[in-house]
Amino acid sequence: MIEIVGYIFIAIGLMFDLFGCLGLVRLPDVYNRLQASTKCVTLGTCSILFGLFLFRGFTATGIKALLCIVFLILTSPVAAHAIARGAHISGVKLWDKSICDKYEEDKHTDTR
Amino acid sequence: MNRRLRWVLGLLTLIALFSVLISRPPASLLEWQSTSLMRFFYVLLICCVLCLYRILRGPTPADRIVAIDILGILVIGFCAVLGIPTGRPWYIDIGIAWALQSFIGTIALAKYLEGKGFEE
Repeated sequence: MIEIVGYIFIAIGLMFDLFGCLGLVRLPDVYNRLQASTKCVTLGTCSILFGLFLFRGFTATGIKALLCIVFLILTSPVAAHAIARGAHISGVKLWDKSICDKYEEDKHTDTR
Repeated sequence: MNRRLRWVLGLLTLIALFSVLISRPPASLLEWQSTSLMRFFYVLLICCVLCLYRILRGPTPADRIVAIDILGILVIGFCAVLGIPTGRPWYIDIGIAWALQSFIGTIALAKYLEGKGFEE
């Protein structure tokens, strides 16, 4: 019974992974691709690892899977934010239909 | 017209990949018992192919760095899926180590993109 729940968790995670990578191919801009793919793939991989935990239970492998989920949730948004900041500073243009760029305004009005 | 043709071509390619990979699983890979785990494995392979497309054709370096980050997260999924049927306990160790290394590599590439040194 618990294995069926694990299979369902792994299938949901794979769907999230697939849609995230599809967004990585299809969306028009660096920032759109970043916000589509990073969140979806992180959540999908966490769901796969939770399925592995449901398969194994509270053994060494299951606890390591939970630890890996904690590492992913801590590190992946930091990496995505660093990439977005670096791309904006290095001068990557936004999509021409984007209407809002708060970080550009902040760079011009900074008084420090 | 050109955009719509490309959209239909991409959709047909995805449908062909799924139909080939899901309808006819191979006989045996590493003597696995169940075939559904192999299908999970092939869905992850399709994700990696999409990431490689973006790495090859990204117009800016930031696109390539995003795709490399996503590929590093997908490898952890590979390790987790491989750990279920084989029963080996050390695949998830590879996953943890890969998560930390991928994070450090992505931070270094973002700093390079930003144009600053590493000592900050």
